[in-house]
Amino acid sequence: MTEKKQSAEAMEPDVHKKIKAAFKAFDYESNNKVDVREIGTVIYSLGCFPTQADLHDIIAGVEEDHTGYITLDKFLPAMTKVLLEHKFPPIPEDLLLQAFEVLDKEKKGYLEPEELTKHMTQEGELFTQEEMEEMLTALADHEDNFVYYKDLISQLTIDPDM
Amino acid sequence: MGCGVSKSDQFHKSSSKAIRSAILIQRWYRQYVARTEMRRRYTWHIFQSIEYSGEQAQIKLYNFLGYLMDNFTPASNERNLISHIFRENDVCRDAEWERYFCYKNIEVPEIYSGPHLTFPLTVEQAVGLVEAFRNKKQLHSRYVLQLLLETWKQLRMLPNINRISTCQSKEITICGDLHGQLEDLLLIFYKNDMPSLENPYLFNGDFVDRGKDSIEILIILFSFLLVYPSEVYLNRGNHEDHIINLRYGFTKEVLTKYKMHGKRILKLLQKIFSWLPLATVIDQKVLVLHGGISDTTDLAVLARVNRHHYVSALRPPKKRHQSSASLSIDLDMDEDIWSPNKMFLRRKSFTFLKTVPRDSFQNRSLQDFSDRIKVDEVEICRRKPSISNPATGALENEAATSVSSESISSQSGIDEWKQILDLLWSDPMNQDGCVPNEVRGGGCYWGPDVTEDFLNRHNMQLIIRSHECKQEGYEFCHNRKVLTLFSASNYYDVGSNRGAYVKLGPDLVPYLVQYQASSMIRELTVRQSVGRTERSALKVLREQVFAHKSDLICAFKTFDSNNTGLVCLNDWASAVESVMHLGLPWRMLRYQLVPCKTNGGMIDYHEWFNELAIKGPSADHIDQSLLETLYRHRSTLETIFRIVDTDNSGFITIQDFRQTWKLLSVYLKMEITDDTISDLVVTIDRNQDGSIDIDEFMEAFRLTDKKSRLERGRSMFMGTATDLTKLEGDPNI
Repeated sequence: MTEKKQSAEAMEPDVHKKIKAAFKAFDYESNNKVDVREIGTVIYSLGCFPTQADLHDIIAGVEEDHTGYITLDKFLPAMTKVLLEHKFPPIPEDLLLQAFEVLDKEKKGYLEPEELTKHMTQEGELFTQEEMEEMLTALADHEDNFVYYKDLISQLTIDPDM
Repeated sequence: MGCGVSKSDQFHKSSSKAIRSAILIQRWYRQYVARTEMRRRYTWHIFQSIEYSGEQAQIKLYNFLGYLMDNFTPASNERNLISHIFRENDVCRDAEWERYFCYKNIEVPEIYSGPHLTFPLTVEQAVGLVEAFRNKKQLHSRYVLQLLLETWKQLRMLPNINRISTCQSKEITICGDLHGQLEDLLLIFYKNDMPSLENPYLFNGDFVDRGKDSIEILIILFSFLLVYPSEVYLNRGNHEDHIINLRYGFTKEVLTKYKMHGKRILKLLQKIFSWLPLATVIDQKVLVLHGGISDTTDLAVLARVNRHHYVSALRPPKKRHQSSASLSIDLDMDEDIWSPNKMFLRRKSFTFLKTVPRDSFQNRSLQDFSDRIKVDEVEICRRKPSISNPATGALENEAATSVSSESISSQSGIDEWKQILDLLWSDPMNQDGCVPNEVRGGGCYWGPDVTEDFLNRHNMQLIIRSHECKQEGYEFCHNRKVLTLFSASNYYDVGSNRGAYVKLGPDLVPYLVQYQASSMIRELTVRQSVGRTERSALKVLREQVFAHKSDLICAFKTFDSNNTGLVCLNDWASAVESVMHLGLPWRMLRYQLVPCKTNGGMIDYHEWFNELAIKGPSADHIDQSLLETLYRHRSTLETIFRIVDTDNSGFITIQDFRQTWKLLSVYLKMEITDDTISDLVVTIDRNQDGSIDIDEFMEAFRLTDKKSRLERGRSMFMGTATDLTKLEGDPNI
């Protein structure tokens, strides 16, 4: 346990640099501020897989009341903690596969767009119509419009950082 | 067990399972979208960094050559090699020009299957040209020259600033950079109809370079300009400049397509570019110009300048009357010689030994600028001044140099030049203020406060500019008071961006239309095209990195004092940035650039270079580090060759080849002995006929990575000969 803690501390400067780099990409005016609506992208891009609820919690902890912006000062320590504690680890491929299989009740091996749309827009942390359209454009097969999830998972899962 | 579970329990259980699954998938997908967005951003950043650093390099080179020009003796060979690009053409009178460009002697053979033009041009002919180019025809040089002459006459009558008004229901269509991409222009005409009395157009500069059909675009635009002089408007862009064209492909395109008359066409175009209007004002409220503004931009000044004196915006026009003071030399060559501030200041005050008398200055040679160069004794002797009488030496020197050296005597001359430079090269930034644009090397970055102030002062409401590629083809900034418009789709790579044009009616509310050329794009999903563009950007980046191998290894070694061959990620990123100077998020790119597994969080840099698996340029008996340096500067090298190749034949003599190396070696502060040059000559002059084929030479420096050669399409990043589709050149044209 001590070892893990030690190595975590040693990794801190590394982690800081990573967070700053991701933050900077959305800091358009170079004033160490990022629009709260884009901070989700920053957090995701650091390799975390929070739910929307998790995101809201993080944001609530760092947002500058009512300005609509998040400053680096507050974001850095909060995000560092998240990363060092591996709070929102990536989803293992097999778990993801199981999730798709749950939705694919008939065990067809693919999901029809209507099926997927129903689940994504009516259950869980609902997708907006825009998000749904984008997902289908990205994931559905060109010809038959079905979502062959098995192939997608291996294509789209990324390597964990660190 | 089974009957203990009620139906509703079962329903809830499976339902909650479904909900949890949905949440998992949503989490996963949103993460994926965010990662893709990040990748898209840095891919863009890569392309843009490399593009702008190329522009910077060209300005640097040009300033270096200008500096040499100012300091070489009139008789020196090096000067003769490069002086012609500084030679302004206004020594000729208009009548002489007409004679020089006489097209009447040029016969059009029976066999020619392209369009024939008669003047004055008619609408049908202009439309016919569009069709012909769509069908891959080429316009005969006789007609090209004739067209250009008529265009020149037309442009001369135009003011520096076009003033147009949208009356009643006339909407004007404004297009941004086209960069030789004919497909985009054809697409615009398809969607928006061709120019006509009811359909006015304004083209906002950068018609040429990078794409492969620059001359065709010019021909089309000029034709419509002649046919509809009150409905078609053109603004000059920073690429309407022969110095930039040398590097970015337009010069090469014209010389390739028009082997016999290309040189004349280019010369005439130099003049035409200088006569292009600088800006356009619509309804006195909307300003349209190519680059942007600065905190000193003044439309009243711009309206008064002699715009045709600025053949290249990179150099202010020379004055006939001479400045007095001796030109002393700023020896601080490597830092900031390219920076815009120094560009003006350089003319006014140098810091070198003021006590150096004029005639000993005449003895200055290459050796004095860079004491690391070993120069033959013979060479030094050759540079002794040919002016024998020391008393009149100074005057004669001045007279002799008046044609091609430049001297800015007045502050207003400098101010004027800055106005034009800013107009053509500036970019907007998000912070307030105005700072020199050091990324590109010309113009400045201007902030929202400058926009506000400018618009108030001139009582205007909107600035429309181009100059920067935008993913969606356009982008608003500065509280929607500045609109960037870019009309070359797929600019960096297939799928990289859309193009856009804007329609402006009497209400002056911009209405934007986007498009993307190439049907292949529409079939790719957004994610797929990001991936494709990303792969392309990374490949380019890997090559750039590889080209700096020696310097990178040195940099890594400074972090690896124990010589373990390993560096940590932080140090890797610092080292790479210190060598590459591209300002890229290296840490984010690390996984893409360094595919090998880390050694406990450390990167094995030797293994990295092995894995890059790009074979170095071939030519075994040449020193590897020399080859690497040359590879890195190959665009500069090729540009210098094209400059030296004064008759544009594609060949240079061995003698000139040697001189080029001397030039390059001073520029790069690199030691290069005569023996080394001889070795290079032996490698290149295969048939030993005393002349060197430029293309063949550049070929020797291509990396021999088979895959990349096949995939390499655009000349932008490589700048070497074989990237432009080599037309065999119809001898009849």
